[in-house]
Amino acid sequence: MTARVVKSKTEFEGRIREELALVAGRDLRAWPRSATLASVGRRQPRVDGVARVTGRARYTTDVALPGMLHARFLRSPHPHARVTAVDARRATALPGVRAVLHRFNAPKVATELFAEEVRYVGDEVAAVAAEDEAIAEDALRLIAVTYEVLPFVVDLGDGIQRKENVKREESYARGDVRRGFAEADAVVEATYRTSTQLHNCLEPHGSVAQWDGERLTLWDSTQSVFDVRSELAKALGLPLSDVRVVSEYMGGGFGSKNGLGKYGVIAAVLAQQLGRPVRSVLTREEENLAAGNRSATVQRVKVGATKDGKLTALEHVVWSGTGTETGWVATTTGPSNSLYAVPNVKTEQYVVLTNTGPFSAFRAPGYVEGTFALESALDELADKLGLDALELRRRNDATTDPQSKKPYSLKRLRECYARGAELIDWKRRRAGGSAGRASHLKRGIGMATQVWGGGGGPPAYATVHLNKDGTVVLRAGTQDIGTGSRTVLAQIVAEELAVDVEKVRVVLGDTDQPYAPVSAGSMTLASVGPAARLAAADARRQVLEAAAGLMEVRASEIRLEDGCAIARDAAPGKGSARRRRSILGRRGKKLPVSEIFKKLNNYTVIGRGSRRPNPDDLWLRTFGAHFAEVEVDTRTGAVRVVKVAAVHDIGRVVNPMTARSQVMGGVLQSLGFGLTEERVVDRSSGDVLNANLEDYKVPTARDAPEIVVEFVDRADTRANNLGAKGLGEPPIIPTAAAIANAIANATGARVRTAPMTPARVLEALRK
Amino acid sequence: MPPAFRGPEAVPIRLVVNGEERVAHAAPRRTLLDVLRDDFGLTGTKKGCDRGDCGACTVLVDGETAYSCLLLAIACEGRKIETIESLSRDGALHAVQRAFVAHDAYQCGYCTPGQILSLVALLRRATAPSESQVRAAVTGNLCRCGAYENIVAAGVAAGKTKR
Repeated sequence: MTARVVKSKTEFEGRIREELALVAGRDLRAWPRSATLASVGRRQPRVDGVARVTGRARYTTDVALPGMLHARFLRSPHPHARVTAVDARRATALPGVRAVLHRFNAPKVATELFAEEVRYVGDEVAAVAAEDEAIAEDALRLIAVTYEVLPFVVDLGDGIQRKENVKREESYARGDVRRGFAEADAVVEATYRTSTQLHNCLEPHGSVAQWDGERLTLWDSTQSVFDVRSELAKALGLPLSDVRVVSEYMGGGFGSKNGLGKYGVIAAVLAQQLGRPVRSVLTREEENLAAGNRSATVQRVKVGATKDGKLTALEHVVWSGTGTETGWVATTTGPSNSLYAVPNVKTEQYVVLTNTGPFSAFRAPGYVEGTFALESALDELADKLGLDALELRRRNDATTDPQSKKPYSLKRLRECYARGAELIDWKRRRAGGSAGRASHLKRGIGMATQVWGGGGGPPAYATVHLNKDGTVVLRAGTQDIGTGSRTVLAQIVAEELAVDVEKVRVVLGDTDQPYAPVSAGSMTLASVGPAARLAAADARRQVLEAAAGLMEVRASEIRLEDGCAIARDAAPGKGSARRRRSILGRRGKKLPVSEIFKKLNNYTVIGRGSRRPNPDDLWLRTFGAHFAEVEVDTRTGAVRVVKVAAVHDIGRVVNPMTARSQVMGGVLQSLGFGLTEERVVDRSSGDVLNANLEDYKVPTARDAPEIVVEFVDRADTRANNLGAKGLGEPPIIPTAAAIANAIANATGARVRTAPMTPARVLEALRK
Repeated sequence: MPPAFRGPEAVPIRLVVNGEERVAHAAPRRTLLDVLRDDFGLTGTKKGCDRGDCGACTVLVDGETAYSCLLLAIACEGRKIETIESLSRDGALHAVQRAFVAHDAYQCGYCTPGQILSLVALLRRATAPSESQVRAAVTGNLCRCGAYENIVAAGVAAGKTKR
């Protein structure tokens, strides 16, 4: 097989990046839509389910090594200060303490471990390694730090007022918005706000570092073992071959675990210095201070349409509070740029720096916030036009991607609209909503649309190894961050090799396996899945060749079925003499794969697969629509979500069971974003006032509405050899906007700030 | 007589864990959670917040659910502690565990042992509990992945199948 370098456009977190990838061999055609598949498309309980329910699944926080030390961090109590002196003598003297690292004694590595200037409450100032966590924590209290306190700003609104804190990051335009607004019969202009959402993955960020001579192994709770490996190798000046990163089971990431954390590199440095393994796992408070967040936003949206509901112009300006993160900003204007067929669009995105914890990717970064504003504004416009909100969206449905002008590989959004409307019974929607169970309760229905990538792309590789007992091992250095990638990969390999899913063991979460990208951007399945299928097909080809040799027929005359090689019935007399003398001495046309391997002993079949490039002339997108029914208590402002109907267009659904779970989880996280979740920072001190799971309100079982999930299960056969696209992020995008629209439908009150807390709902009701 | 006090250094602490009598050599300030995980290697019990907010550390103490991060190990001397590891010791899964697999009642799985123990405790005191009883039983167990509907469905199904 000759390999060649290809260019492929891959969408990642709302951005297009061009990837160069080495690929070998031809791609397989996607299974036809009419094909009856044995494993793919079936409800498959997770292959690692038993490990998860028995407590045997080993997460990074569970890794315990002989002689392991525990690291804890001292963090800045000031939102902005200079560290002028650190006195660690008392801490170092505490029995059980093995090392205290700070900026005056930390080894020089390629990345700054402790900054002179701390820039938010929670910034790292020092690290302690001790025999147990409690001793490490005791030691933190004994470190005396001298700070020179500096001026700071923590509030997004305050930050926007300061020129030096604001910079324009992105802008986009098509057509002429001035002309577009002049053509409009109705224009809506409003400002929307969203709050800082905290990931609060239940497994905290953390690492365990162990050196074996020159080689470093880092167990890390990460969404990207390969990115952590390259960042760690770079930080410590090590060759990639001397760094191994492992993430076997992972307790949630949601975008906050896409790369190497300070906790990881410091664990590695301490472990090297002390010659012992070091574990560093963040506390829940640290999770809420220093482990990433979804930016708060202020968004100005102006949208106009003609009387018949054709959008003429859309302007969307966003200020995102990225905390201390200067490197990038989430594309909050993405939905405005690409969701609807609007001829005239102008969007701008500003970064606002504040002295708060740095933002990071958070499940559909930008699109959740941007959709809240855009889809709220669209409902306001529909009301102004006297048009049905769903009809307005249908009239502006884009048939080609408005930004790239390329045709979609597949788009079935209209089916999502139609099915969602049925599931929520949209017909009964009336202005002013309907009566609830009591006179102060009002019910309403709202909906919102979602657009996202999820097409995945190269590079991604996998190998399939066949054992002599007929069992199969798939190796791919991807991750299962709770999405079920182990299970869908097993299904794909089982399908291609015609074996039971139980026969396939998936080895992932390890840089000693073939490269796979970060599990983010809804790209795991669509990137790694096609490579896994190719690897399985390559293995199958080799098995058939071996079987052909044993059965003395041509490989092309054999197919694999139920773990057997079955020769096509040959016409009598034709070549039968040779077949009668087959090596195995059987006239038969059926040979179990296990028998082939017994004969061949340790002959090993290794199938290789590399993800092929995406089609250049097509645009790969996922679509969906969520419909929400709410009940608003007009006396207290409390909102109860009664039901959410979620319909998604993601191509072929590989596992309807885990896909449904993914959607329900997205709905819940978006419900939290929309109703309860908000980091509260004290403007005068920079302290996060709710850095725990009691005061920061994550939805509980009691907050979960009825959720109905459906898919337009139609293979996107031009996308990749599975016809499947990603689903990680799409379901978190539209729920909050659908809830806002339902509240407005129920009460006539428009809440333009998320979360839509009782206080904010009451305030809107009073207007 | 002043009450006998032990510590603050490590002292022997006698616990009955999953039917076995075990002795930890631990400082009195250490929590049951830390002793289970670090001293006994029972890492099925998870630490999510260490302050009684998330429920990932749920275990059974004398048959009742408890946040093991809020209990000192020394305060559990002589009490019967059950962790997730006790449910499938002979290889067979408990009905709640089977239902979790069948209903995909998890995603990342980090909260799963705690959710399961909350439901096991419920099923011991209520036969075939209603949906609202099941939901109430897991309100103290956060699931950030949002698997609640499947968790509740699994709890209801387990209540019907087993005893």
